[in-house]
Amino acid sequence: MVKVEFLGPINKDSLELEINNLSQLSEILKSDEDVSTWLETCAVAINDTLVSSKDVDLKDGDKISLLPPVCGG
Amino acid sequence: MIMNEKLILCDGPLDVNEINSKWYDEFKNSNYGAIITFVGVVRDENSIDGLSFDIYEPILKSWFEAWQNKAKQKNAIVLMAHSKGDVLNHESSYIAAVCSPKRRVALEMIDEFVEDFKAQAPIWKYDIIKGKRVYAEDRSTIINGAGILK
Repeated sequence: MVKVEFLGPINKDSLELEINNLSQLSEILKSDEDVSTWLETCAVAINDTLVSSKDVDLKDGDKISLLPPVCGG
Repeated sequence: MIMNEKLILCDGPLDVNEINSKWYDEFKNSNYGAIITFVGVVRDENSIDGLSFDIYEPILKSWFEAWQNKAKQKNAIVLMAHSKGDVLNHESSYIAAVCSPKRRVALEMIDEFVEDFKAQAPIWKYDIIKGKRVYAEDRSTIINGAGILK
């Protein structure tokens, strides 16, 4: 089971999913109308480290975060 | 909440004078010849009452630590304070500072530090309009490497 959290303005409760990789997550989120429009602009972190490729294996207990466009200051 | 004296996150507006004097008192005796501070003030524009912020602290902390290591290579340090939640017009939400032995290093680093903060730090901004938070989408920057799930 991995936890998926949606940060900032996405405004969606986190999900607990039985998935093994980010391609599976992509398929699930593309069919979720609350999130699908955010996917193009969201960065992805696994266990609080940003990743730049979908080619990552997930393990039980991993935390995935979606980070939409930022504007501090 | 104060994480350490170099990275300060607090609820609501920053007490700029308190933070500046705390940093100055702490670092003036460390033989830094140049201390440069950037203070961001919320402007009254577009009929907003103020701004509001969400911060994702774990990634902000690692971003900041990476900057601290980068500064250390030039014998400098970086400092930062940011607000969480609401900050009304003419109050301050952000302070960035660089302390270095030489002015040139500090002048160049403050520019790069503030710009990289704007582009990468995991903070989300909302306009406060009639008591509601409206995501500042048009002023926001896509983080490097975004879009892998599309």
